[in-house]
Amino acid sequence: MKATRISLGFVPLVDSASLIIAHELEFAAQEGLELDLRKQPSWSALRDLLALGHLDAAHILSPLPIAMSLGLGGYQAAVDALMVLSVNGNVVGASSEMIAKMRAVGWSSDLSNPRAAAQALKAANDAPLTFGVPFPFSMHRELVEYWLRKTGISLDVRIVPPPMMAEALAAGEIDAFCVGEPWGSRAVDSEAGEIILPGSAIWSFAPEKVLAARRDWIEANPVETAALMRAVYAASQWLGKADNRLIATEILSRSDYLGLPADVIERAMTGHLLTQARSLGQSVEGFLIFHDSAATFPWRSQASWIGARIAERLKLDPAEARRVSRECFRTDLYRKILGPEGVDLPGASDKLEGALAHPTEVASARGEMILGPDRFFDGAVFDPFQK
Amino acid sequence: MIERGHFRAPASPRDVSIAPETGHAVGMEHRLKIVVVEADEARAREIIDALREGGWADVTVIGNDSALTRTLNETDPDLVLIDLENPRRDSLENLSEVSGARQRPVAMFVDQSEPGLTAAAVNAGLSAYVVGGLSRERIRPILETAIARFRVMSKMQSELDAAKAALAERKTIDRAKGLLIQAKGLSEDEAYRLLRKTAMDQGKRVVEVAQALVTASELLR
Repeated sequence: MKATRISLGFVPLVDSASLIIAHELEFAAQEGLELDLRKQPSWSALRDLLALGHLDAAHILSPLPIAMSLGLGGYQAAVDALMVLSVNGNVVGASSEMIAKMRAVGWSSDLSNPRAAAQALKAANDAPLTFGVPFPFSMHRELVEYWLRKTGISLDVRIVPPPMMAEALAAGEIDAFCVGEPWGSRAVDSEAGEIILPGSAIWSFAPEKVLAARRDWIEANPVETAALMRAVYAASQWLGKADNRLIATEILSRSDYLGLPADVIERAMTGHLLTQARSLGQSVEGFLIFHDSAATFPWRSQASWIGARIAERLKLDPAEARRVSRECFRTDLYRKILGPEGVDLPGASDKLEGALAHPTEVASARGEMILGPDRFFDGAVFDPFQK
Repeated sequence: MIERGHFRAPASPRDVSIAPETGHAVGMEHRLKIVVVEADEARAREIIDALREGGWADVTVIGNDSALTRTLNETDPDLVLIDLENPRRDSLENLSEVSGARQRPVAMFVDQSEPGLTAAAVNAGLSAYVVGGLSRERIRPILETAIARFRVMSKMQSELDAAKAALAERKTIDRAKGLLIQAKGLSEDEAYRLLRKTAMDQGKRVVEVAQALVTASELLR
């Protein structure tokens, strides 16, 4: 049987691992697929190629299918999230100059205290804080704005492509950044700055990248869609085992993919971050999740949260933004395609975001589902149905 | 690294083609400010030469430096040219959709062949993608596509402005009618007919008469 070719866009980041592993370890081949992995130089290029039909599917920022479906930034295209590829995995960092000022007001490199970090940033700086994020519609931007919105810090958000974050920090274009790994670690290694928080300290279960495709492609290619989801699910399951992460690191470091030394990629893969150059590093629980805690399930409540944040910022009709956002996260397909494969399914497609402080058993089809903590740093609980 | 600089060439006497559907004056494109984002000096030079040949004189080249956003804001170009492979493109994404920050047409060069991409992009009305790299013959059609797009957007903007102006005129006329209804005990229809007749007699527009009445009543108050 001849394999069906699927063109798949990705941006070189550690969290593109599920797609690369699905290809390299032949989970895709087992499903009769040949993945044509196409590395993209920017999120806007990836978005355009996906919308124009030159990519069948893609590794994409979780808010981007929602933004595209709402017709924001570019042009309207109905794009759906089939499953979540990664949860968490971002880091927040600041320039060496800012770090020195933060230390002067008593901040210590405590990766688990977002409030203290925000207070130190505020005390260290009276000008608007220039913050680099990779894209206008990204979890990075949502996390930074959520974290700093009540502090009175005036934010000047700048769009900086991940590979240029270290350079922009060194050049003084930005004071701080939020970026996916390994680009934060690159900034640390170049001594342009230090890591001050993992993204998970702001929201401990933030859907970061999703597997996305155009709705018309999904409808026209149901067999390929199902095969792709099964292959990517198998890859995420493989990546969920800690023992496999070192092999994954080696594969990702190849020039076809990230083209960076394995020791930089390893930090995100093992959750052991070097916050400053030549330091011993600190371990972060749940730094980057591929599989555990039903990480791949595209919760509609996650979509609602993203839609609510975008609607608030852009003054869109909140009810309409919520409706469009929720339709993008295809829990229906996830259930239909992965359920018969023995994948455990949660009893509901929504949860109260931020309600779990500890790993908690929840109702599911096979009764084996344990969800991890999903707290927001401020203890808020987001109810997707609250008006 | 190319130095950031402004390259001004004398406007070419050769006319560029007129877009018949919009009826813009010949040479309108020549006034467009164009920014080229290109770090490679040889390529940048090639683009500048092609632009000069086409008669586009107001061209600024920005190297691949980290101050791209700031430079763009200072230059405020009408058109940005960038290679599709350039990751800096994300910085061109409009950050403040609500604050009315200016959208700019962005034209892109694509090196490897993506069949049908250009047509699809143009139909979608986003940007001009042009396959085949940076040959001089290619640059002209890219620019013309991007400029056509720019005109469509400007037209939408001027239609929006016209709608706003029409709304303001209607408000003025309503106020004038109100004054006449109050002062002379007319019905709304009679008030409008009086405004219209006065305007016709004086060879003016209804809104001009209405504005005069509103202004006069404010003076007398």
